Amino acid sequence: MKLFRIRGGIHPEYRKEMTAGKAIEPLPMPALLHLPLQQHIGAPAVPVVAAGDRVRKGQLLARARGEISAPVHASTSGRIVDILPFAAPHPSGLAQPTILLEPDGLDEWTDLPPPLDPFSVPREEIARRVAECGVVGMGGGTFPSAVKLDLGRKFPIDVLVINGAECEPYLTCDDRLMRECTAEVVDGVRIMARALGVERIVIAIEKNKPEALAAMAAESAAFAEVEVVPLPTRYPMGSERHLVTALTGRETPARKLTADIGVVVHNIATARAVHHAVRLGRPLISRVVTVSGRAVREQKNLDVRLGTLVSQLIEHCGGLVEPPVHYLSGGPMMGQAMPGREVPVVKGTSGILALTAAEAHERDTMPCIRCGSCVTACPCGLVPVEMAQMIRHEKLDAAARIGLLDCLNCGSCAYVCPAHIPLVQYFNYGKGRLAALQRDRRKQEMTKRLAEQRAERVERLDRERKAKMAAAKKAAAEKQEGGA
Amino acid sequence: MLIAIGSLTLLGALLGAVLGVAARYLRVEGNPIEAEVEALLPGSQCGQCGFAGCKPAAAALVKGEAPPTLCPPGGRAVAMAIAEKLGVSVSFGDQEELEPEVAFVNEDLCIGCTRCLKECSTDAIVGAAKQIHTVIAEVCHACGKCAKVCPTDCIEMRAVPATLATWHWKKPRVKVAS
Ligand code: SF4
Ligand code: SF4
Ligand code: SF4
Ligand code: SF4
Repeated sequence: MKLFRIRGGIHPEYRKEMTAGKAIEPLPMPALLHLPLQQHIGAPAVPVVAAGDRVRKGQLLARARGEISAPVHASTSGRIVDILPFAAPHPSGLAQPTILLEPDGLDEWTDLPPPLDPFSVPREEIARRVAECGVVGMGGGTFPSAVKLDLGRKFPIDVLVINGAECEPYLTCDDRLMRECTAEVVDGVRIMARALGVERIVIAIEKNKPEALAAMAAESAAFAEVEVVPLPTRYPMGSERHLVTALTGRETPARKLTADIGVVVHNIATARAVHHAVRLGRPLISRVVTVSGRAVREQKNLDVRLGTLVSQLIEHCGGLVEPPVHYLSGGPMMGQAMPGREVPVVKGTSGILALTAAEAHERDTMPCIRCGSCVTACPCGLVPVEMAQMIRHEKLDAAARIGLLDCLNCGSCAYVCPAHIPLVQYFNYGKGRLAALQRDRRKQEMTKRLAEQRAERVERLDRERKAKMAAAKKAAAEKQEGGA
Repeated sequence: MLIAIGSLTLLGALLGAVLGVAARYLRVEGNPIEAEVEALLPGSQCGQCGFAGCKPAAAALVKGEAPPTLCPPGGRAVAMAIAEKLGVSVSFGDQEELEPEVAFVNEDLCIGCTRCLKECSTDAIVGAAKQIHTVIAEVCHACGKCAKVCPTDCIEMRAVPATLATWHWKKPRVKVAS
């Protein structure tokens, strides 16, 4: 298949060899599970259980609220201890409502919904089941998958792309899934294509995963509609927009979805979760996580129940050999810093990295030498140096005008910057600040409207009172006259 | 020489006429910039800027007698909008942004006097005579006037805690190596 060129990009040190050869290993059941109500993009789930309830594995604990949301299920059987605020796996470390579940060791399933035959039920049934099972984008995006499987009704979709690029350094969980659970992944992919009503499926895998490529090609040989495509190894090949451009030559317009140009992209682990949901009626209650970084004694790929604390994963990997400078959730390029180890693994946790100072190589910032490397590296054709300057001087609107909101936060620019300018940190700040200003503006408008309404009301009441007084006076005067 | 003088005089006269006509037909009532600046202000007439309300505040801004940062409830968003409109620069220094606040009625102390309710320009306080009053947080714009008039001192201004939806990264503090 002919591939199209994408702009920019970099070749970071991949460091996947630490875990690529490690088979997926189940993590022993922890003593307590912490299940946040929000593990997805959209509205947080609403609890349907209370402290003291006994639940079984796969039972609904919190239901979705609204269209863009996802339910949370019990990762094992046990007792609900409490629902309380607990640190989120988010750089802020802010607490969010979390269900505490104490496993009873039996690990017995609840009554699951019946298996579906995806190729005979109506298409909408599939999306409904996927929503019911709480499946979200497991590459880290955590967008509710059912919504993306329903896009076929709104847009003319002709290709389903399965993202097996796994272009982030360190991570190998998708690589392992493609090698070890090949049949489940390919079945999930075909189910998703049926839900979308597309005839063509492209599974794209970077060439640095030859075993996964071979396994997936062999498994899908029986299905004419599935094509397995090797991709050149380049970061950020796994970015949805760039992947679509490389495969189809179509560019997604700014602030539009890939669906606007007829393509829907799903992740490998999501495909497997869809297989479980549809064929077995099993909700999403566990995921594969790559635990890596040189600060960890033994790097591994673990099958983890959602709600397990990061500290337990690290302990299972033999603990630390040295204190890490960071704990990251996800890969080193786009992953999020975590406030510490006492945070739960959630649906979007693809990796846990404990990086040593040498690996993270944080260095002092020097003045910009205007070399333009950041511009060449940017896969979105932006001018990072200019945007960072503007943000530094609080010219946020100007930065937005030259594309701040189109920036992927991919980190390519910061990676190549010889002056070690924290470009991505500027963009993080700039985007957050713009959103906050937007909220302020909305509030400002509301204040103004309310103040005007009140002023009007006060004036009207005043007028009415005066009118009444005048009327009363007049009546009194007439009465007097009449009396005289 | 004569031609030069003549043509320049003619040019002057013509341009003068054009300007005169333009001044007559394109005249605007009041000071338009003042109205535009006033439109940017919150309009709650709270008086925290030291002026009697948003209109006099806007007048002072246009005359350059007050800095764009004058309006505490407006925050940075308003300051930046004003600065852009007036074409002046605005400096926040290294000062952290004012924490957003919200009024909070301590219900144990509230005697239901309704004084705060009358003070609030956005109807953010609900209550009635002899009943406990409470603040609708989304509507309060933190002007603090209610706290000032409360006879039992039961209203305090509390910081609004950040949530996962509102939290964002701080600006990087760059230490430049030499
Ligand atoms: S790569 Fe760094 S030093 Fe070079 S122009 Fe960009 S910001 Fe400046
Ligand atoms: S982080 Fe943004 S600006 Fe930098 S290379 Fe990636 S897309 Fe471009
Ligand atoms: S502080 Fe702001 S809202 Fe209050 S009166 Fe002055 S300009 Fe208006
Ligand atoms: S501080 Fe008090 S008076 Fe001001 S808006 Fe809030 S509730 Fe109303």
